[in-house]
Amino acid sequence: MAGKTIVCRCNDVTVEEIEALIDSGVTDIEEIKRLLRVGMGPCQGRTCIPIVISILARKTGKKPEEIAPPKARVPVRPVRVEVIVGGADE
Amino acid sequence: MRLNEHPVLRFERGREVTIYFEGQPIKAYEGETIATALHAAGIRVLNYSPNKKRPRGLFCAIGKCSSCLMVVNGIPNVRSCITLVEDGMRIERQHGRSRLPTKAKPPEFKDAKVVKADIIVIGGGPAGLMAAIHASRAGAKVVLIDENPRLGGQLVKQTHKFFGKREQFAGVRGVEIAKILEKELRKSENAEVFLETSAVGIFQEGEEKLVLAVRKERELIEFRGRAVIVATGAMERMIPFENNDLPGVYGAGAIQTLMNTYGVKPGDRVLIVGAGNVGLILAYQLIQAGVEVKAIVEAMPKVGGYFVHAAKVRRLGVPILTRHTILRAEGREKVERAVVAQLDENWMPITGTEKTFEVDVIALAVGLRPSIELLHQAGCQIKFVRELGGHVAVRDGWMETTVRGIFVAGDSAGIEEATTAMLEGKIAGIAAALRLGIADESWVEEIEKAQRDLDEFRSGPFGRRVAEGIRKALLGGVAGE
Repeated sequence: MAGKTIVCRCNDVTVEEIEALIDSGVTDIEEIKRLLRVGMGPCQGRTCIPIVISILARKTGKKPEEIAPPKARVPVRPVRVEVIVGGADE
Repeated sequence: MRLNEHPVLRFERGREVTIYFEGQPIKAYEGETIATALHAAGIRVLNYSPNKKRPRGLFCAIGKCSSCLMVVNGIPNVRSCITLVEDGMRIERQHGRSRLPTKAKPPEFKDAKVVKADIIVIGGGPAGLMAAIHASRAGAKVVLIDENPRLGGQLVKQTHKFFGKREQFAGVRGVEIAKILEKELRKSENAEVFLETSAVGIFQEGEEKLVLAVRKERELIEFRGRAVIVATGAMERMIPFENNDLPGVYGAGAIQTLMNTYGVKPGDRVLIVGAGNVGLILAYQLIQAGVEVKAIVEAMPKVGGYFVHAAKVRRLGVPILTRHTILRAEGREKVERAVVAQLDENWMPITGTEKTFEVDVIALAVGLRPSIELLHQAGCQIKFVRELGGHVAVRDGWMETTVRGIFVAGDSAGIEEATTAMLEGKIAGIAAALRLGIADESWVEEIEKAQRDLDEFRSGPFGRRVAEGIRKALLGGVAGE
């Protein structure tokens, strides 16, 4: 198996991919999230966001205090669609 | 791989059942999770990742990281770490994302079940249990929900005896404290408990708070009340290194869950990353369970945890390599080796200092971060406070956040200890009942007493740092660094 350093397990995003995107000029965490889909998988950023913030702080010279985490939305964890809309299979 | 003898714990297993993994029958016990039963059978790879097709296994083991998703009875994305086995269950590894069904009936609309209470407590660990116990004693009708199959949060895997005062359970093991608190809560006629129930959102509807939740992944429940106490605990930190997602790289808490809650050996040979109290206690617990601990690596120049814990671990022959870090995990489908190296003053690995350890488990004990998703989603003001483990909700001395009626307690308010989580839970529970006008004024004294106990507990060398963080997190408190 090829060596990779994974930041986001849900969407298989590596440190290199995040660094390359920041180097290309994208330094807004909401934009990084949308372009690479970090924090948009089933864990909703529980594992990756602190690492993304520390990479961003290191690359931009900002303090972690200055980088707000991406917005958290409902549902905060995966829910089966039929649970929300009803459904009659049970 | 199952533990039958243990110096401290006794494992009471449920009725024997059979589950089918990729068609093969596997022996399991009622009351244990799917991931536990598979681990006991030597199965580490639970799924293959969506894009890079990398093997994945457990990581957090408490339903937060989603690294354990499997297909169960044909349904994908099931968190195998918190879903209990059932006789005859069919379990398959998940390969990436599942396709949506091509044919589906239009769903029939159905109203969600509604449960009403005065106070809704989310999380049944030390903070949530104490909040629920005290809110109900103060006269409030309380509902407590937790997504795990049992109450107690992380107490259920703490085999060590607690410090502090007698009323703070000094000398009692965490696993026993969980039982005492559960019994206390179950005695109350004012409190109702919903397990295997995940809160997915908090809303305001007029004067009411609505907590939307899903029970056992299939039943939508609306919990309606006037106050919400969020005690959702913490999430294990992950660190970047090569192959950090290989099955066998586990959070320290995940190992404790396997070993101390379910009596399953996490592996045979372990490297621990992080020499704080969690890493040191974990080393001791692994040795108690008959697992070899090859070494503990710590990036800082000094051991972070208590000296007594470090001395105990060293006496048992475990080397603690300070100024060392993990470079990579190696192995095909699971961890076979770990490579570490010494760090220079700029935290860069020094070439030529690499050491390889033949291990099948790498335990990450590199800290926790507060689980704040629900607070963040509900609109509570969030602030980064390094001393508390990351982003936390701003709150007042009674643990109420900037959204009226939403309280916070325990690790979700800042990473600390179970003892302080219990005190914060007590404060939040009583405060919620007071602010709703349910409890009478005499309860204010109880809050003040708990606040004094907290101050006392935080006056030690470790607590001072936390106390500094709390000052930053307080409403109108000092500005961040």
